Amino acid sequence: MRDYIYGYFGISVEGRRSSKPALLDRLQSISGLILALFIVGHIFFTSSILLGKDAMYAETKLFEGTAFLDKPQPIVVSFAVLIIFSIFILHAALAMRKFPVRYREYRVLYTHAATLSHLETKLWIVQALSGFLMFFLASVHLYLMLTIPDKIGPYASSDRIYSDRMWILYALLMIMVIVHAMVGLYRLYLKWGIASDPNPRRSRKVLKMVMITAILLLSVLGYSALATYMRIGYEHRESYGERYLPGNGIVKGDME
Amino acid sequence: MSEKEIGKGRTLTFEILKYTPSDPESKPHFATYRLEETPGMTLFIALNMIREEQDPDLSFDFVCRAGICGSCGMMVNGKPLLACRTLTKDYPKGVIRLMPMPAFELLKDLSVNTGRWMNGMSKRVESWIHRSKERDISVLEERVEPEIAERTFELDRCIECGICVASCATALMRHDFVGAVGLNRIARFYVDPHDERSDEDFYELIGDDNGIFGCMALMACEDHCPKKLPLQEKIAFMRRKMASIK
Ligand code: HEM
Ligand code: SF4
Ligand code: FES
Repeated sequence: MRDYIYGYFGISVEGRRSSKPALLDRLQSISGLILALFIVGHIFFTSSILLGKDAMYAETKLFEGTAFLDKPQPIVVSFAVLIIFSIFILHAALAMRKFPVRYREYRVLYTHAATLSHLETKLWIVQALSGFLMFFLASVHLYLMLTIPDKIGPYASSDRIYSDRMWILYALLMIMVIVHAMVGLYRLYLKWGIASDPNPRRSRKVLKMVMITAILLLSVLGYSALATYMRIGYEHRESYGERYLPGNGIVKGDME
Repeated sequence: MSEKEIGKGRTLTFEILKYTPSDPESKPHFATYRLEETPGMTLFIALNMIREEQDPDLSFDFVCRAGICGSCGMMVNGKPLLACRTLTKDYPKGVIRLMPMPAFELLKDLSVNTGRWMNGMSKRVESWIHRSKERDISVLEERVEPEIAERTFELDRCIECGICVASCATALMRHDFVGAVGLNRIARFYVDPHDERSDEDFYELIGDDNGIFGCMALMACEDHCPKKLPLQEKIAFMRRKMASIK
């Protein structure tokens, strides 16, 4: 009965407003925060390939649970992906409430951003657009990592990127996620502020520079790593499917 | 161009939106006017000269000419500004396009009805002191620490010009968004010790997606407010307070 009353009239039986909008606002920001921090870590970890195949190999084994299991278990990766995928879907569901949905809304937003010459207004459009595109781009990537967690490694990943042509998806997704996440972190500061901040206007200037720097650095790192996977995949194209074994040689098939 | 040369009078080109929504014959269009620039010319001066010399039908609003009354907000080359505080010399190209502020009811040409919007906002955020006991006006009010009073006065500097609303893409997309001016008003009563409203009471007024949670932190209000009100800081403050309601 309570739900019927609230559902139709937007007011509780006590005559009060629901606290749900507050909860949803918190969840939207918290989910964005987790995803953004995750993505920074993710870019650093995948960039281990820049240190060599052995470094990346060691890291994938670590993520397959060797820190606490006797044997690597790719299912550990699946499980982590499932958590990130869920947070991603939650975040997308909450954040898309802000999208311009009708033509008039889109039209006025576009006109305004084009004439106002105001960076943060433009950045919001960038965020909405990159968010929208990530519905598709990130879902493909997440689904693959969820279902074939055993096929991650210096050769397996490079083959996927070069021979299976996943580089197209990754090249697009990379810039989307970096820009979206860094603008998102800046937006988190603007939205919530810091209670003890003596000079919020100055902090905003500083954080805007941090955001721009982070976008540049992460892009350099991410695209260098992608190029390295491309090179390895190219060199390895004749032996597609063969897995990497550190130091003492190469084993055919999925034996590692 | 040096200021002296500008003072000598370059010719400015004004493109001004003309439209009377209440007249079925009227079609929105830009009318072009040319005008010789004079030293220290503001848009207020320029518009008056255009109206006197070229187009007596041109409509725009001014009262104080000093950035106090908040009635002369308009879009100047895409930016919402107070026309009385805007100097033509700041437009080196000499082409100035004027449009009425969006988000408000258009009356005619550059005149918009910000008053009606502000009135609705004031009612919506219950922009008055709420207290449980009737005030006895024959005795002095309780004293307030100057430092605390200062905080209220700081936010009271709002002139209701509507520039924050016209600059805000959220407000333009979502017409029932309360806007920075409304959130600033809430913050003003929040810090005022005379007002007895609790967090829960304020939540009743702005605790939804048309209120504080509708803000997407685009910061156009903060960057355009002619009174430089601390909107970034105060909106974030209200968000923290309202989001912690259980
Ligand atoms: C389909 C996927 C996604 C969509 C549709 C989406 C959409 C959005 C939108 C529209 C906003 C702005 C919300 C607002 O202004 O109130 C936003 C904020 C944010 N997004 Fe996303 N996003 C997606 C994925 C991601 C991912 C993968 C990350 C991190 C890597 C991320 C991190 C953030 C952060 C940190 C914020 C700021 C939080 C906030 O404004 O409350 N988002 N997202
Ligand atoms: S907050 Fe600033 S921009 Fe908004 S109405 Fe008040 S004075 Fe104008
Ligand atoms: S005329 Fe009063 S603020 Fe411009």
